[in-house]
Amino acid sequence: MEKILVGLKRVVDYNVRVRVKGDGSGVETEGVKMSINPFDEIALEEALRIKERGEANEIVVVSIGSGEAQQQLRTGLAMGADRAILVETAEEPDPLSAARALLEIVNRENAELVLLGKQAIDNDNAQTGQMLATLWGRPQATFASKLEFSGESVRVTREVDAGLDVIEVDLPAVITADLRLNEPRYVKLPDIMKAKKKPLDTIPWADLELPDSPAISAVSFEPPAARERGIIVEDVAGLVGALKDKGLL
Amino acid sequence: MAKVLLIAEHDGENLNANTAKCVACAAGIPGAEIDIAVFAESAGDIAAEAASLESVSRVLSSEDPAYRGALAAVLAPQIVALAGGYDYVLGPSTTFGKDLMPRVAALLGVNQVSDIMSVEGERTFKRPIYAGSAIVTVEAPADVTVVGTVRAASYRPVGAGNSAAVESLAMTADVPDHTRFIASESGASDRPDLQSAARVVAGGRALGSADNFDLIYKLADKLDAGVGASRAAVDAGYVPNEMQVGQTGRIIAPDLYIAIGISGAIQHVTGIKDAGTIVAINKDEEAPIFEIADVGLVGDLFNVVPELIDALD
Ligand SMILES: Cc1cc2nc3c(=O)[nH]c(=O)nc-3n(C[C@H](O)[C@H](O)[C@H](O)COP(=O)(O)OP(=O)(O)OC[C@H]3O[C@@H](n4cnc5c(N)ncnc54)[C@H](O)[C@@H]3O)c2cc1C
Ligand SMILES: Nc1ncnc2c1ncn2[C@@H]1O[C@H](COP(=O)(O)O)[C@@H](O)[C@H]1O
Repeated sequence: MEKILVGLKRVVDYNVRVRVKGDGSGVETEGVKMSINPFDEIALEEALRIKERGEANEIVVVSIGSGEAQQQLRTGLAMGADRAILVETAEEPDPLSAARALLEIVNRENAELVLLGKQAIDNDNAQTGQMLATLWGRPQATFASKLEFSGESVRVTREVDAGLDVIEVDLPAVITADLRLNEPRYVKLPDIMKAKKKPLDTIPWADLELPDSPAISAVSFEPPAARERGIIVEDVAGLVGALKDKGLL
Repeated sequence: MAKVLLIAEHDGENLNANTAKCVACAAGIPGAEIDIAVFAESAGDIAAEAASLESVSRVLSSEDPAYRGALAAVLAPQIVALAGGYDYVLGPSTTFGKDLMPRVAALLGVNQVSDIMSVEGERTFKRPIYAGSAIVTVEAPADVTVVGTVRAASYRPVGAGNSAAVESLAMTADVPDHTRFIASESGASDRPDLQSAARVVAGGRALGSADNFDLIYKLADKLDAGVGASRAAVDAGYVPNEMQVGQTGRIIAPDLYIAIGISGAIQHVTGIKDAGTIVAINKDEEAPIFEIADVGLVGDLFNVVPELIDALD
């Protein structure tokens, strides 16, 4: 494979306790730690391993977002990606628009494999990879936990509700990473220094000349219904008693 | 009138229990007229089950060997060939629906409303974001088909006293050959299905090994419960992936959930928010799981669980 494209979305770090703003206009992101979407980090790690095995020549990371997403792209470069592309837009793209933008980059770069996360942990949409595959007219393998390449196709083990499914897809294809595909490497300081010299190109959103897509609009935000803290029982007898009281035993 | 097409999930033999919950969601759309589409190698029994669901007007049943493995690339074009007659196309927010429905949406040129937890109006829905840390009310644009996935745990299943008409449907769209189903590797289990079990016992990292996880199975057997696990327990190889509960595993709503040696990370808790009663057994009284547990017991699971098993004799 000549080239693998990996999508890196900048999201609120998974350790942050996200809170809804008092006026219900959104969630608090001011001063909050931002990271690469964890599934995207796994996607990138997989791409790097494919390259390290000699099965790909170049890894290009792409982010669609504000200028601040350069931080996540730099982290991707420090992990080992060769080049980065920022599609710069002030507005958060909806999944269909993100897929259209990624398709444009795929075509410009002539990528044979696109590795994305199975979902972005901010909006939890889980749509972009499938949409990209569809618009591209190519196969998708979602929720991947194992990849085996042979010639022009790849055998993908997928984590599904019933267990594991194995499918085979022809390249080019879109694969979305699940948690157990691999464990991403840690970035070392010298790699961060090296990453500063790697190319990071910015393409303004408007240059892609994409059609407007019918976005789903957010009307208001609210905190989830809270579960009350219940009782603490002293021992097993207390637990059995409490369950009997609730009619559960 | 709002015409709704609901895509049935099945395992080749039986209709998935989530379908009845998706019907409940669809029935909340003002003026809904609900059709269910079944795509299967052998669709008869599945279609009959679908036709028994209340609120369903019609079942469209399509049979073909190409439906084996329920590949999104095969199913999506068939669904889109039907979609012209519908205002809404819905599927379950399971791995099946999550894989498939965005492909349908992309072919229709729309975004998808993922994980619908409540229908607020013709085009207005609530859905969880940030692993359930926030609920957003969203509005789908007018004049386009609404494509969505339903968060089944938010709904009670509709009853099964109906006998809707079943119509067979020819395969209309081309079948791509770039995607091939190879095999399903699912561990068959005699225990109640995690997704639909009334009681679930789940274990976390604290179990320490696959052998120790036997404690969880023993307790589950005493309670006739399904068995779940945290991501940490799955990652450590104590149990297979299909047992993971949470943001990236199963979203479940049993009457009783017993979390044993599970800390209660937000990504786990989002999978059990709709449970009736949550019990937590954890040796750390500060563990976040106690913030949401209805009944908590602070103690070492290796003492508490054997005692509990005895007490249930
Ligand atoms: C993108 C993303 C998605 C994720 N999705 C999921 C998901 O779907 N599901 C999920 O579960 N997690 C998920 N996680 C992981 C989650 O953040 C936690 O790491 C995980 O849930 C922790 O599992 P645990 O509670 O078993 O382990 P720990 O957090 O290590 O907790 C173990 C608990 O056991 C207690 N304990 C230890 N010994 C004993 C004993 N002898 N007796 C009693 N108690 C004891 C400890 O006090 C502790 O509270 C996700 C994470 C990310 C980043
Ligand atoms: N703005 C973005 N920039 C880069 N990649 C993205 C972006 N949005 C989505 N993706 C990719 O698509 C995956 C699924 O996103 P989503 O459909 O939003 O859940 C993510 O894990 C990313 O790999």
